[in-house]
Amino acid sequence: MNQKDNFLKGFVKENPLFVQVLGTCPSLAVTTKVENAIGMGIAVFFVLVLSNLVISLLMSRPAWRDMIKPVRIPVFIVVIATLVTVVEMIMHAYLTSLYVALGVFIPLIVVNCIILGRAEAFAQSNKPLDSVVDGMGMALGYMVALLVISFFREFIGAGTVTIWGNLQIDLSFLFRVIGITPIDMFLKPVGAFLTFGFILAVLAASANRKIQKQKQSALTKEAAK
Amino acid sequence: MTELIALAFGAFIVQNVILTQFLGICPFLGVSTKRSSALGMGMAVVFVILISSIVTRSLYHFVLVPFEMEYMRTIVFILVIAALVQMVELFLKKVSPSLYKALGIYLPLITTNCAVLGTAIININNNYDFVQMLVYSFFLPLGFLFVIYIFSFLREKINYAPVPKAFQGTPIALITAAILAMIFARFGGIL
Repeated sequence: MNQKDNFLKGFVKENPLFVQVLGTCPSLAVTTKVENAIGMGIAVFFVLVLSNLVISLLMSRPAWRDMIKPVRIPVFIVVIATLVTVVEMIMHAYLTSLYVALGVFIPLIVVNCIILGRAEAFAQSNKPLDSVVDGMGMALGYMVALLVISFFREFIGAGTVTIWGNLQIDLSFLFRVIGITPIDMFLKPVGAFLTFGFILAVLAASANRKIQKQKQSALTKEAAK
Repeated sequence: MTELIALAFGAFIVQNVILTQFLGICPFLGVSTKRSSALGMGMAVVFVILISSIVTRSLYHFVLVPFEMEYMRTIVFILVIAALVQMVELFLKKVSPSLYKALGIYLPLITTNCAVLGTAIININNNYDFVQMLVYSFFLPLGFLFVIYIFSFLREKINYAPVPKAFQGTPIALITAAILAMIFARFGGIL
């Protein structure tokens, strides 16, 4: 597997949120605004890339590897928790409004299954560079997934798309064209479950169609023979 | 007293841990396919959250605050929770094998349940005193147990329903959860 495949697999084939359904808690809770999704994505990016790097460095030395192997989960958790604390302090200092908006979900990155999952499934048995690329791909894939959910929620719920701070695109005229007001239910928990459910269903439907097409093309090929 | 009742009711239904705070979604979707496993998971969560909240709160106020190390709380809490879950597991195995049999396989999963760490941090963030903390961290996981049990009933029934192919599995579960969330959000009007 080359670096490009390694990087791209996080976006579609092994997307952490839409395919593996990992890290669902923050994806439902913080996606009321596109801005929050970007902030969460950046925090996860930072933690995931660095934790993959540190863990693969730790595990690439045979002597340390044998020592850590039996107690690897606590070791991984300490590494991740340290990085999360760093992110939390930086956000508190420089991005206070985002820190308040994300609230308890910043410390909860520690128990986000994606990070421990990548450490366990990839970083501990691969080279540092590969692990960093894998972490970048996975984190960006997660961020894209968060962006999709939050875009639909904010657009349908409030008629706006807040990219960062005051940079806000007002799309509510689209609602006026149809003659309805934005459905604020989508900003509430109900909307989170609904949006996520429908996105997963659409993805499943497209996957099913692809499988059917493959079957059909195989059949026509056989018939041509 | 009325404050405590309001806190309990809020933690149990209005601010339900799964449906409005979104903590512990992974076990909510993962282990709710059967009623027995949902009940086991729910009980294990009640047990662990209650103990871990008491321990983490004491540690925070008696160790971290005097030494001015509040910023270490995430690291300390997650380690304490992981160790605690292991200890509870060993303790149960020795003292009550029947309870261990019922909760056994769910206990290790709880370490990565965000509700446990989440409750510990919320207790600190909201500055609850000891009694409030006890009430909050008993009724919050009770809400978890309640919702996951109802949800497992619904999912067992959905298995027999003609669900469109694209919605099978997680999507229909999420939409069921959305309807549940709608019902639970309305309970807010009672208070």
